[in-house]
Amino acid sequence: MPSKEVSLSIPSAPGMELAATAQAEALGEAMRLSRDKIDEVKFALVEACINAFEHAGQPAGRVDLRFRVSQRPGGAEMLEVTVADRGKGFDPASVEPPQLAQKLRGGNKRGWGLKFIQSLMDEVEIRSTESGTTIVMRKYK
Amino acid sequence: MNESCRVETVRDGDLAVVRTEGYINREGGEEIERCIQTLLEAGVTRIVLNLEKTKIVNSIGISILIEVLERMMERKGALAFCRLTPTIDKTFRIMGLAQYAGIHATEEEARSALSAIA
Repeated sequence: MPSKEVSLSIPSAPGMELAATAQAEALGEAMRLSRDKIDEVKFALVEACINAFEHAGQPAGRVDLRFRVSQRPGGAEMLEVTVADRGKGFDPASVEPPQLAQKLRGGNKRGWGLKFIQSLMDEVEIRSTESGTTIVMRKYK
Repeated sequence: MNESCRVETVRDGDLAVVRTEGYINREGGEEIERCIQTLLEAGVTRIVLNLEKTKIVNSIGISILIEVLERMMERKGALAFCRLTPTIDKTFRIMGLAQYAGIHATEEEARSALSAIA
């Protein structure tokens, strides 16, 4: 099966993550991904976009998205979503897993995004340098 | 592009049901927080948060819900969620939220569970 690919560039602005999820939903439906899996991709994508908006920093920043439906070597179809920003980057290894008990004792309530992405997607790759971060997320049919 | 969150409340003594509709992002979370703060100040101690008409949330909205839960725990109150989509349910369980707040299939179940708390 030839791969289907769509690219999108969105402004780094609150609410624009929903434009990205609309594209993921359309491709997920086209490849007949289950409703629950489409919703998991949308949730993870929202988190990846929010992270990118925050890392992209400047109000005029943009986030680049690529959606690809393809077949993996074993034969299963997959939806791959790539989210890239040109922010200052971060060290994924330095991100501590969030603990709800700690957050309920007055700590910072944020910091769930990466955990959600990694829990909801089948495969996640994070590449981050001083000139930007790229997150590649895959969901198998 | 935005999908604002609307909040409706129904009070029954010290128990209230808060029904949301739309995206729970920062603005949606803050709207829920304002609404619940008003209920707490009016003496409500048990709250059911019905998310039936919310299909998407983000981690910023969730962080505000954690603040709400923290405030309710400080006041010895109780919070229960119901009518979650499978993905929101899965996400809340990934967080460990079920240890601190009820997660129920229906509003009736959630109300019954909170009513049983002394």
